Amino acid sequence: MSAAVLQRLAAVLPPGRLLDRPEHLAAYESDGLTAFRTRPVAVVIPETPEEVIALVRFCRAERLPFVARGSGTSLSGGSLPVAGGIVIALNRLNRILKLDPQQRLAVVEPGVVNLDVTQAAAAYGLHYAPDPSSQSICTIGGNVAFNSGGAHCLKYGMTSNHVLGIKAVLATGEVVEWGGPSRETVGPDWCGLFTGNEGLFGVALQITLQLLPRAECFHTVLAGYCTLEQAGDAVSAVIASGLLPGAMEIMDALALEAAVAAVHAEYPPGCEAVLIVELEGPREVVAADRERLDRIIAASQPVEARPARDAAERVAIWKGRKSAFSAVGRLSPDFIVQDGVVPRRRLGEALRRIGEMSRESGLRVANVFHAGDGNLHPLILFDGREPGALPRAEALAGRILEMCVEMGGSITGEHGVGMEKRDFLSAMFSADEIDCMRRIRSAFDPLGIANPGKMFPASEAPALGHHGLHPLEKAGVISRE
Amino acid sequence: MSAVLAPASFEELADAVRSTPRLLAVGAGTKPRLSCVDVVRLSIASLRGISEYDPSEFTFTAAAGTPLRDIVAALAGRGQYLPFDPMLVDAGATLGGTVAAGLSGPGRFRFGGLRDFILGARFVDGMGRLMRMGGKVVKNAAGFDLPKFFVGSLGRFGVLAEITFKVFPRPPSALTLRLAAGAWDAAVDILAAAAISRFEFDALDIAPGDPADSGNPAEPRVLARLAGPAPALDAIAREVFARWPGEVLSEEAAERLWTGLREFRWSHPNAPLVKIALSPSAAVALGQAIQSLDKARWHLSAGGNLAFVSLASPAQTADLDERLRKLGLSGIALRGETPLWLGHRPRPAIAQAVKLALDPLNRFPSLDD
Repeated sequence: MSAAVLQRLAAVLPPGRLLDRPEHLAAYESDGLTAFRTRPVAVVIPETPEEVIALVRFCRAERLPFVARGSGTSLSGGSLPVAGGIVIALNRLNRILKLDPQQRLAVVEPGVVNLDVTQAAAAYGLHYAPDPSSQSICTIGGNVAFNSGGAHCLKYGMTSNHVLGIKAVLATGEVVEWGGPSRETVGPDWCGLFTGNEGLFGVALQITLQLLPRAECFHTVLAGYCTLEQAGDAVSAVIASGLLPGAMEIMDALALEAAVAAVHAEYPPGCEAVLIVELEGPREVVAADRERLDRIIAASQPVEARPARDAAERVAIWKGRKSAFSAVGRLSPDFIVQDGVVPRRRLGEALRRIGEMSRESGLRVANVFHAGDGNLHPLILFDGREPGALPRAEALAGRILEMCVEMGGSITGEHGVGMEKRDFLSAMFSADEIDCMRRIRSAFDPLGIANPGKMFPASEAPALGHHGLHPLEKAGVISRE
Repeated sequence: MSAVLAPASFEELADAVRSTPRLLAVGAGTKPRLSCVDVVRLSIASLRGISEYDPSEFTFTAAAGTPLRDIVAALAGRGQYLPFDPMLVDAGATLGGTVAAGLSGPGRFRFGGLRDFILGARFVDGMGRLMRMGGKVVKNAAGFDLPKFFVGSLGRFGVLAEITFKVFPRPPSALTLRLAAGAWDAAVDILAAAAISRFEFDALDIAPGDPADSGNPAEPRVLARLAGPAPALDAIAREVFARWPGEVLSEEAAERLWTGLREFRWSHPNAPLVKIALSPSAAVALGQAIQSLDKARWHLSAGGNLAFVSLASPAQTADLDERLRKLGLSGIALRGETPLWLGHRPRPAIAQAVKLALDPLNRFPSLDD
């Protein structure tokens, strides 16, 4: 980018809201996928939707690539900057514009942090259901762009299932408004198409989210098992019983070790796997379902089953689970968080094969997964200083994804394709299907300026290199939670 | 009547698209206004059957022409269901037609509508390419979510061939409560308060009066359905009645009532039937608008987020259209001699661009047709 373009860009916003000094840009070079790093030409910091619109229209006029960024927690490299492009940092568009308990909805700006929505709604007994592990830092704009998930997707769905309305500026410069306060729609589901666009269509400016009543009562059980298979069998038994738990999560021995090291979580000793099952609902319903669940768990031969006796114990169970990703950082200098899906009935087989692949590659793999919906999160541990370790880890991650597709699953359950999995899109989709998606992308972004290089295979990309932890992670400021 | 093609396989379906310059897919024709366009009609009726159903996965895949009736029966046989209460099951509606129409029923209140349960789709685009988007597992974030986009897209962007859905275990029992409400604003207030209560209702509706009545009843019929383990529901119902007096409907009465709503048996036959998306705050104003139309009837569903309006005659359409515009609401006509779209209707340029991306030769009618 020429100095003249940079100067014109700076003039789009009030003074002081363009960063172009290397020390300022460093924080934006990476996101949650730390293996990639690209320095943008500049970072711009709009404070209003009008400024975002002006910036996108400027980029269009100048054919300048841009990446919209929230908190930069993408685990697929979705918010990685583009060389020669700019980053539009949306963190200051962080207003909750409306919270309407009568209609059970919130209207928010894209930079609002996920958990802040639930905290604001709590006063009315409501909550925002999608709860990615990074919910205390990730933003709604990023959640919408990548259709983020969380631990409660089997029952409540992903981000897309909670987006009622979107106002966005498209890469064409057009400003659109889809949906609104109604949970129902008339005509094609544009919000459904926009959610999960991975930043390739444009930038969401205002999002209407549905809120749900917070369950009155929870019953959370943590059960330890001698083997992963037993934990998996317990999940099958719960599913077969006709219960619909709010969440079912499994952690393996290595993930447990990490959680113990990081947050001093306590698990039954000698377990190869821990299962967390949570029922929720009105107290009368939970009381009835709880009896059934407790019988099923008792019959599944756990080493020990621990129901949470109060809210504090429930919080402790979840803290251990949600800390698992970053906790693995205590066991290894580097790690890759993978995200694949297999049909639930094949979970046991998938885990066995991941174990074999792990042994073959000589890399340790910790497993944390949403067992109810077959969403695996193998955490591949490696030491980037060791020559050839990163390519080996990448190769192992690739083999796991190929296995997921071969089993009839998906290359991503909730992290998106981003930079990390773009070469695997063709494992899941045919040339015609990818062409079809490219045509749709071109409709929204004919110039290819919105987050170029993501999702689609074999496009322009920075070279993969080892960079270790995120610059701010190294400094102890952030962690991958 | 236009010519009809009836492919018997997905390959024949793709061939039919490639060899026909102007066409539109049709299912069982239970929502005739949606396909009332003078082009070749591509019947998907021969493409039927559930190709995959493993209850332990909470998913099934079926051809677009499969009657909902078959799907509902297959799921019920394994203690599962589509929680959004698919409509017009007895009337013979197909799975594909239901997706294209974007039609959900009262059950959409609790766990979401059809859009929240569709996982993947095979479809033929305007270039005659048979493709699959989305996935066959309950969780997937790969690629653009075209299956969701097809919900409510009226077959104007492609022809659905096969669809994958998420399903849930059917709750062991249900209880329908009729709550007393003197007037419409009080009834709508009950819906809003019940929606954020601890009871987790399965459906919250205001039903139209008996078809024998001339118009809507003076006293709105507020229906609140609970679903879950039977002993829990009895206890919850007692507490609900302490807050809002009412009565429990017998199992037969409840079944008759919900079936009647699902099949639109309350509506004026052959007259305009319009689906409207609204939010609870607009429900009272919409109710007043409808009351002023002679003999118009309506069913307010999904806690005040969805309305079905049956007009007494096509002559009332213009009036309803104008009132919806004033309220900023959008509607679509499922049947009757009326414009397809009613009320507020934005036309962003991107809609045309996406249409061209999927259907560059304009084989399928536009959303305006």
